[in-house]
Amino acid sequence: MREQIEGSQAVARTVASCRPDVVCAYPISPQTHIVEALAVLARTGKLGAAQFVNVESEMAALSVAIGASATGARTYTATASQGLLFMAEALYNAAGLGLPIVMTVANRAIGAPINIWNDHSDSISQRDSGWIQLYALDNQHAADLHPVAYRLAEEVSVPVMVCVDGFVLTHAVEPVDLAEPERVDAFLPPFRPRQVLDPADPVTIGAMVGPEAYTEVRYLAHTNAKRALERLPVLAADYAARVDRSVPAIADAYRAVGAETLVIAMGSVVGTLEDTVDELRGEGVGVGALGLVAFRPFPVDVIRAAVAGRERVVVLERAQPTGSTGVIGTEIRAAVPGGPPIHSVVAGLGGRPVTRASLKAVIEAANRGELPELSFMDLDTGLIEAAGSRP
Amino acid sequence: MTTQRVKFYQVGSFAVGNRLLDPEQRTIQSGPDRANALTSGHRACRGCGEALGARFVQDAAMRAAGGKLISVNATGCLEVFSTPFPETAWQVPWIHSLFGNAPSVASGVAAALRAKGDTRTRVLGQGGDGGTVDIGFASLSGMFERGDDVLFVCYDNGGYMNTGVQRSGATPPAARTATTPAVGPAPGNPFGQGKDAARIAVAHRIPYVATATVADLHDLEDKVTAAMELHGARYLHVLVPCPLGWGSDASETVKLARLAVETGLFPLYEAREGRIAAVTRLRRGPVPVEEYLRPQKRYRHLFEPERDEATLDRLQSIADANIDEYGLASEES
Amino acid sequence: MTRDRQPLPFAITLATGTSLANRTGAWRTERPVYRDLLPPCNNACPAGENVQGWLYPAEAGDYEGAWRTLMADNPFPAIMGRVCYHPCQTACNRGLLDEAVGINAVERFLGDHAIEQGWTVHAEAAPTGKRVLVVGAGPAGLSAAYHLRLLGHEVTVADAAEEPGGMMRYGIPAYRLPRDVLDAEIGRIERMGVEFDLGRLVTDLDAAREGYDAVFLAVGAQLSKRAYIPAGESARLLDALTLLRSAAEGETVRLGRRVVVYGGGDTAMDAARTARRLGATEALVVYRRTRERMPAHESEVAEALEEGVQIRWLSTIAAADGESITVERMELDETGFPRATGEFDTLAADSVVLALGQDVDRALVEDLPAVDGAVAVDDDFMTETPGVFAGGDMVPSERTATVAIGHGKRAARRIHSWLTATEPKALPPMPLAAFERLNPWYYADAPHQVRPRLEIARRTDTFDEVVGGLDAETVLFEARRCMSCGNCFECDNCYGMCPDNAIVKLGPGKGFAIDLDYCKGCGICAAECPAGAITMIEEES
Repeated sequence: MREQIEGSQAVARTVASCRPDVVCAYPISPQTHIVEALAVLARTGKLGAAQFVNVESEMAALSVAIGASATGARTYTATASQGLLFMAEALYNAAGLGLPIVMTVANRAIGAPINIWNDHSDSISQRDSGWIQLYALDNQHAADLHPVAYRLAEEVSVPVMVCVDGFVLTHAVEPVDLAEPERVDAFLPPFRPRQVLDPADPVTIGAMVGPEAYTEVRYLAHTNAKRALERLPVLAADYAARVDRSVPAIADAYRAVGAETLVIAMGSVVGTLEDTVDELRGEGVGVGALGLVAFRPFPVDVIRAAVAGRERVVVLERAQPTGSTGVIGTEIRAAVPGGPPIHSVVAGLGGRPVTRASLKAVIEAANRGELPELSFMDLDTGLIEAAGSRP
Repeated sequence: MTTQRVKFYQVGSFAVGNRLLDPEQRTIQSGPDRANALTSGHRACRGCGEALGARFVQDAAMRAAGGKLISVNATGCLEVFSTPFPETAWQVPWIHSLFGNAPSVASGVAAALRAKGDTRTRVLGQGGDGGTVDIGFASLSGMFERGDDVLFVCYDNGGYMNTGVQRSGATPPAARTATTPAVGPAPGNPFGQGKDAARIAVAHRIPYVATATVADLHDLEDKVTAAMELHGARYLHVLVPCPLGWGSDASETVKLARLAVETGLFPLYEAREGRIAAVTRLRRGPVPVEEYLRPQKRYRHLFEPERDEATLDRLQSIADANIDEYGLASEES
Repeated sequence: MTRDRQPLPFAITLATGTSLANRTGAWRTERPVYRDLLPPCNNACPAGENVQGWLYPAEAGDYEGAWRTLMADNPFPAIMGRVCYHPCQTACNRGLLDEAVGINAVERFLGDHAIEQGWTVHAEAAPTGKRVLVVGAGPAGLSAAYHLRLLGHEVTVADAAEEPGGMMRYGIPAYRLPRDVLDAEIGRIERMGVEFDLGRLVTDLDAAREGYDAVFLAVGAQLSKRAYIPAGESARLLDALTLLRSAAEGETVRLGRRVVVYGGGDTAMDAARTARRLGATEALVVYRRTRERMPAHESEVAEALEEGVQIRWLSTIAAADGESITVERMELDETGFPRATGEFDTLAADSVVLALGQDVDRALVEDLPAVDGAVAVDDDFMTETPGVFAGGDMVPSERTATVAIGHGKRAARRIHSWLTATEPKALPPMPLAAFERLNPWYYADAPHQVRPRLEIARRTDTFDEVVGGLDAETVLFEARRCMSCGNCFECDNCYGMCPDNAIVKLGPGKGFAIDLDYCKGCGICAAECPAGAITMIEEES
C-alpha cells in the first residue's frame, strides 16, 4: 500500500496496525500530528477497543502508559523536546520497571532559548534513561521501526523510543509503503507481559531496592540491553522479509567499502549525506556514510567494524555538546581506542538546514586535515559579533 | 451520613466489632476474613496511622470489589515501609511508580482494564499528603477532570514524614516541622498557607469526595464502600496521625484522630457531584483545640516556655469556623 | 496468566506475603497482655456476685447462662432484684458516662425468669459426709446452707419461725417482696436436699451441736431498740418489727387513723408504708436529723413520700398519749449532731411505731465475746469456739439482706475449708477497673431503662408489688449497657486497630491472642480497648 502521506500519518497508521490497547499523549510540536491522527483513528473505531487518553502533561502521559503497560496493555505515547524532559523521571521509571512501552519522539531542540525545530538534543539527553533509542532515517523507516520496536520491547521488557526528526520527517509528505495490518499481526504477537497487575495472581511492582541489590538490578538491565542489541537485527530482518523491504535496525552503511573517510550520522540528515557521498565519489573522493539507527544500546561492535581501517571519521552531532566534544563522537572514540581521528561536527541545531554544500565542505576540510576535533557547521560568527558578543 | 448508627447496643456504633451485632453491621476489620491487603512484617513506625488507614481502606475496597482490586501507590512512607526488597507486605496487585504520578498511573491501569473489557476489576490509587496535595496534585486534578474510574485516597499526616518531617501543603498552621521550625517570631508553619485538597476535589464536581479518619472505622469503611459503589473519579481524604512527625505517643494515634474530628479541626463530610451531601456531626464535642494540640510535640511551642494565647485562639477560631461552616455541632449541644 | 508466568523481574517485582519474614516483634519495648480487671460492680457487691460476669451472657440473651453464673454466688436473684439496695449500681462506671446500668432490674428479670422456667440447681459435689447445722433461716443462714450443700455437705437449718426466710419474710413487706417469689427461691434450696427444722428455737448451743461437725449461727438482730417516751396509759406504742411481722402474717393490727413512726431507717419507711396499707390516713415519720442524714435508702424515702407518707425531720418525740404526741424541734450542731431547741409542737397521733433499730438477742451466745452487742468473729466468720461460725445481722456489719447473703457464702466456704482441712482458694488480687482505665468513647449514650411502678392510688390499699420488672426487650437493652469494665467483651477493637495485624482472633468466646512475632508494642490496642482489658507491660530485655 504505497501512499503519498505525511510522516506523522504514516507513523500513526503503523502504530494503529500494532494494535495498541492504550494510547495517551499530551500535545507538543512537532509530535501533534501523530497523536491527532491516532485520536481520529480511535474515535472512528479503527483502534478497536483501544483507549485514547488525553492527559494534562507529558509526565502524566508516560505515567498513564506505565500504569497501562503494567496492567498488560500494549501502550503507546509520543512526545518531543520539553515534553520528553518533563517525562524524564518517568522515563527512568518505565525502563527500571521493565515496561515495554513504545514512544515516538518527534525530535526537537530544547530551550532555552525555546525553539520548536528539529535537532536531537531531546532524545540524546535521555540516552542513559534505560530506553532503547532507534533513529529513523526517513519516513518509511520511521513507520517500519514501530512494529519492530514493539516486538523488541515486549521480548526484552525494555521500552523503546523511535526518534523521528521533527518537521523534517513528521511533517514531510512523501511516498510510504504502509504495511498491511495482517502482515503486522503476523509479525507482532499479542502482548504477553512478563509481569502484570492481576487480582488473580497479585504481585508487587516497584519495590524499593537498597545497596544490597541495586547494582545487580543495574547489571541485569545492562546485560538485558546487550541481549536487545542481539535480537534487534534478527527481528528487523524478520519484519523486513514480511514487508519485502530493507529495515535497517543497527546501522546502514552507504558506499563505505574502501572509503578513507567515513561520515557517521543519525536521522534524516543521512539522506542528504548519502547524496553528498555520491557527489564526492563522482569526484573520486574516497568517502562513505554510516547511518546509525540504534544509539541505545550502543552497537560497539558494529561501530568498530565500520571504523576499522579508515583514515578519518567525521560525526555529525545533532545535539548540543556543551562543555565537551560531541556525544556520539565521544562514544565512538571510546569504542575504537587507538583508531582513526574522530571529528565531531555539530550540525543542524534548532532546525538549521544541513546542506550538501556544507557537508561537502566539512568532508573536504577533514580530508585536508583542517577539521578540528570539534567544530560547528555553518557557524555565523558575524551574527554573534554584530550583537557585540565574542565568538 | 451513610453510617447508620446502631443505637441499641452499647458499643456497636463505634467499636470495630461487637459479638452482639449481626456480622454485616460490624466493620470489615472485625472479620477474620478481611483481606489484610497490607499484612504483617511491614516496617511502619510503631503506632503508624497510615499503616492502619491503608489497611482499613484497602480491605474495605477489596470487599466492595469482590477481591478484584489493583492498587497504585505514590512514593512515600507507605510505599517505603511496605516494599523494601526482598519483602512486600501487599497482598493485592500493587504498583509503585513515582512520587508525583500515582493518579496518572492509576488512570493508565483503568484505561488498560477498559481496553481489555475488564469491567469488574477496580482501581485504587493512594499516597500521602505530599504525593497527593503537593507533587502529585496536577496528576490528581487531571485524573479527576478526565473522570477516570479510580478511587484515589490521600493518607494525610500533614507533612513529609518519610524524609524527616518537612512541611507539606497539608501541614496545619503553627505546626512545627523540620522546614517550619519552632523558632523566630512566628514559630511553626505559617497561617494562611496550605490547601484543602478535599474541597478542591469537590470543586471538580466528581461523583464522590469524602473525608475520614482512622478513628471512626464504621464511617471510614462506609465511605470507602459508598465510593466503590460509584464509578468515575472519586476521592477520599483520610487523616492519619503520625507519631514520628506529630511527636505523639504511639498509642495515641487513634485518639488524636478522634480529637481532630471532635475539636472541629478536621471536618468529616461527604460530597457528591460537587455538593456537600452529608456531614458527620461532632459526637461529644466540640472539644477545645488545646486537648488535641497538647499531646503533640509539634505544637509544644504553643505551651512552652510560655503559653501562646494568640496562636491558640487563632487555631481555636479555625475549629469554630469549621463547626459553623459545616454545621458540625452535635445534636445535644 | 498465573502459574505459567515467567520469573518475576529481579528485586523490583516481589511475590506477595514475603514481608512475613520480617519479625517486627523485635522492635518491642512493651507488650500488651489481656489482663482482666475487677469491675467496680463486682467489687461493691456485698454478696460477692460476679455482676459483669453474669451480665455478659445476659447481653447475648443467654439468660440461663447468666442466671447460673449469678447462682454460683447468690441463690436469691429474684429476691435480690427486689430488695437489694444495689451498691453495684452506685459503683457502676457507667454512672460517670450517663447513668448506671440497671443491674438490679436485670437480676430480678433473671430471677423471675428462672422461677417461670423452673430452673433448678443441684448439689453436684461429691458428698463429704460432714454435717452442718445452720441456726436461723434468714438470708445469711439460707445462703450458707445453699453453698454448703453445693459443696457436698449435709445441712440442717433450724429456725424458731414456722416459715423460712427470717427478715425477708417477717421484716420486708410483701409490696416489696411478694411471698411467692420468696417461697420459690427458698423452695429451690430445699429441693437441693437442705433439711429444715422449723418452729424450733435453739437455746442451748452445746446441745444443738451434737451430731454436727460445724454450726453456723445466723439468728439476726431481732430485739427492737426502745426509747424512753413518757406516755399516757392510753398511748398506743408498738415496735416496727412487730408491726411488720403482724402484717406479714395477716394479723389484725389496730393502729388508728393517724400513725406516727419514730426513726429514720428503712424499717421506719417500711412501717409507715405498711401503716398506710393497713388503713392509716396519715402516716408521719418523725426523725431527729435531716433528710440527707437519714439512714434510709433514698429510693425507700422517695417511694414513701410518693405514697403520701409525711416526714418531719429534725424532731424528737418528747411525749405521747392516746390522741397526740409532743415533738421537740431539733437543730444540728456543727458536727451534725442533733441538739434540742426547747421548742415543742403537739401533733395528733393514734399510735406510735418505734423503728429505732434492733439489737442481737445474745441469749444463745452469751458465752461468746461481743463487739457493740454483736458476736465477735474472725475473718473466717469463726467465733471463739472452734467449729462455731456466725454471720448476718448478728455479727458486726451493715445489716442488709445482701450483706447477710455474702456472709453466708463466705462463711460456707470457710466452713468447708475447716471441715476438709484445705486452704481456701486464694485468688490473686485484681486491680480495680476504674473509670480512668476505660475508653468511654466507644460506649454509645444509652439512658437506663426505668422499671414500671404500681400506680400511686393502688399502693395505699394493697400489698401488691410496687416496682415491676423489665420485659425481655428492655432487660436486654439494660444488660447491654454494661461496659464490661476491665473484661474483654470481644468488641474487636484490638483486632481491628492494630497497625501490624498482630492480633489473632481466636473465635467467639475465646478472645484474642497477641502475635508477638509482629507486635511492635505501640499500645494502640490497650489505649483503644473500651473496657481497659489490655495492659501494657515492659518487655524484658
